[in-house]
Amino acid sequence: MCLAIPSKVIEIDPEGKTGKIDYLGTKVKANFALLEDVRLGDWVIVHAGFAISRLDEDDARETLDMLREIAEKSI
Amino acid sequence: MSSQDRFRDKTVIRALIRKIADKKKRLPSPSRIMEICGTHTMTIHRFGLQSLLEDAGVDMVSGPGCPVCITPGEVHEAAIRLVTERENFVLATFGDMTRVPTRLGSLQKTTPARKSAVKIIYSPEESLEFARRNRDTEVVFFGVGFETTIPSIALMAKSAAGEKLGNYSILSALWVIPPPLRAILTSGEVKISGFLYPGHVSAIIGEKPYEFIAREFGYPGVIAGFEPVDILLGIVSILDQLAEGRPIVANEYTRVVRPEGNPVALSLMKSMLEPKDAVWRGLGVIPDSGLKLRPEYGAYDAERKYAIQVKARGADLPGCRCGEILRGVLSPDKCPLFGKKCTPESPQGPCMVSFEGACLVHFKYRGIRR
Repeated sequence: MCLAIPSKVIEIDPEGKTGKIDYLGTKVKANFALLEDVRLGDWVIVHAGFAISRLDEDDARETLDMLREIAEKSI
Repeated sequence: MSSQDRFRDKTVIRALIRKIADKKKRLPSPSRIMEICGTHTMTIHRFGLQSLLEDAGVDMVSGPGCPVCITPGEVHEAAIRLVTERENFVLATFGDMTRVPTRLGSLQKTTPARKSAVKIIYSPEESLEFARRNRDTEVVFFGVGFETTIPSIALMAKSAAGEKLGNYSILSALWVIPPPLRAILTSGEVKISGFLYPGHVSAIIGEKPYEFIAREFGYPGVIAGFEPVDILLGIVSILDQLAEGRPIVANEYTRVVRPEGNPVALSLMKSMLEPKDAVWRGLGVIPDSGLKLRPEYGAYDAERKYAIQVKARGADLPGCRCGEILRGVLSPDKCPLFGKKCTPESPQGPCMVSFEGACLVHFKYRGIRR
């Protein structure tokens, strides 16, 4: 099942391939081997324990701004 | 308002539905959009978008987007045989897989052989870790998935090979999304006007593998995320493409999906796996639609290791019409078993088992229409 909610990287093991994420307030183990250069504080999409993509925060912010505009226009 | 709430904001949803209804009015033909991903199916029903969209003139139809569902019955049966016929043997798999009913029962209800067991896992890594800690037990990971899950399964084979973990192998049911879309379009059995492409499969494969759908078949499509607003923005894009007569592969999920996909995952898949013709439940044999471990990793391929010959035809249990539902030609509530003989407590086919199965989603969020 594809969980839509991004998780924040909160721990990275020394070898950089595994660590922990914050998923809606819960600390969960995750594998980072499918992403290059994961850093603390990155937002990632995790599927079956593996981070498969990094969330582009600037892009997300642009989408949110657009949604805010839609919401304001329609009130 | 949190960013997640914004993607579920009623005001935005209402505004987008109005926009969709407006755009739809200007289109001459009916609009029927196929969502390929089971998680899209779930969002559409869970948030009540199906009926809002129906009122706006857009029909949504589910495609073959549930890997547990499209895995043929014979493959599930092969897994059951392994754990019932072999002693000191552990079959590890995802929870959904254990409940799929077959002619031999299900993994959950079967009685394993002496000192054998079915182990439910959440992440493929748990199967490998279990094999490391139990070297005298044969461990088979029954790995199922689309491109979203395939890289992690490939990584398990790579790690096992690196560690020379002799008691570990993978019974693979690995499916790639673009070939069945070609099969659906070529058969012409279901009338659709565009595709909602799966967000997280696309995070791995990128945009290019869908291009043939616009170029060769002239169908619009959009990669969409999984929040209600993501799906509606995707539908707006499809209606725009229809109005302009310019089908493309649009990407409305750019915060997660890069045009080139995930290069690390793609190169891992390429190095470990090769394409094979595969049988999909309901769709039959589709060229190059499955993946298997390359011959050099044959020692970690359970089919080879245990000389399993799966003659897959995609068997459904008597009366189960999961196959037609996966092709998008039958709606779950039109199946005579739906909500009667077939319920989540007593499923007659995988579409009523998986969280992404169209029948379970209809049952949970739409109820039984009599």
